[in-house]
Amino acid sequence: MPNSVAQNVRTFDTRPEATVAIESPLAYSYQRSKAPKPNSHGRKGLVVRERPLLGHLILRGGAIVLDEALREELGINLPGQPQGLVLDASGERSVQWLSPDEWLIIVPGGEEFELENRLRARLGDAHYSIVNVGGGQTVLELSGEKAREVLMKSVVYDVHPSHFPVGKGVTTVFAKATVIIRRPTEDCWELVVRRSFADYCYRWLLDAGEEYGIGVAK
Amino acid sequence: MFYIHCPYCGEHREEEEFHPKGQAHIARPEDPAACSDEEWGDYLFFRDNPRGIHHELWVHAVGCRKFFNVTRNTVTYEILETYKMGEQPSITAEYSDGRPAQDAADQASLREGVRA
Repeated sequence: MPNSVAQNVRTFDTRPEATVAIESPLAYSYQRSKAPKPNSHGRKGLVVRERPLLGHLILRGGAIVLDEALREELGINLPGQPQGLVLDASGERSVQWLSPDEWLIIVPGGEEFELENRLRARLGDAHYSIVNVGGGQTVLELSGEKAREVLMKSVVYDVHPSHFPVGKGVTTVFAKATVIIRRPTEDCWELVVRRSFADYCYRWLLDAGEEYGIGVAK
Repeated sequence: MFYIHCPYCGEHREEEEFHPKGQAHIARPEDPAACSDEEWGDYLFFRDNPRGIHHELWVHAVGCRKFFNVTRNTVTYEILETYKMGEQPSITAEYSDGRPAQDAADQASLREGVRA
């Protein structure tokens, strides 16, 4: 057996079988800053919802090799263009362009270790890197008619639909914090924030969304 | 505020996302041990401070986190062009309206030679 790079990489499952309670990064924020109930405007009301404990993987390497491996293992291709975001049919798994040699994969929690292993097996000796960053970041989902208004108050990036269509995702400045803003569907915006900034971003959203009657869905 | 075109992201972004990193195109001496103190000191510490066209290194710190070059007029603050690492500027102090086509072609073939 050749002594390949893949065999020298030590991987481990960040979700052990042991029954240790796992808390979302916002567990304490809900208590301290409270969580106003969504108002009764139905689908139009402004709602922030956390998608905690998803599987986040950073994939780096050459686009052609990685694209082939992803098609085989995940069934979705790498975004061809900068700022691209590609989702699978269910909308639960996504790949996003972060830089010319870097992509962010988000899958349902618990799938990431198995996916990482399958990708490593398929990529073999290719020049690449996979890092599980799920413990370091979380996803906040913003939906409702006024979601764009809140973003316009918070980010320096132009979020007008003509400039930010569905299927786009950018890394930018959100209220002095670094976030990844994604638009997976027409009426939903996702903010991928650092775990350590989650409380700050949450409280900022509550404050910025107060005038629109923001609510928190759990 | 600058509105800077990132050659890697392929679009204009706010200055807040970027960070300047000083003068561009500073080549490290081939053999540092053979440098005189003066040569090494010049390489490490001394930078140009031109009035007019200046080539600078910037990083898209909140974004793709890639380094790239900016040609900027230090008098008017106008950004004349941005280009990727390893590329040569088409606008320089000698050619403030852009490098002539023939010259640019020569540069391209020169780069081709380096790559091959």
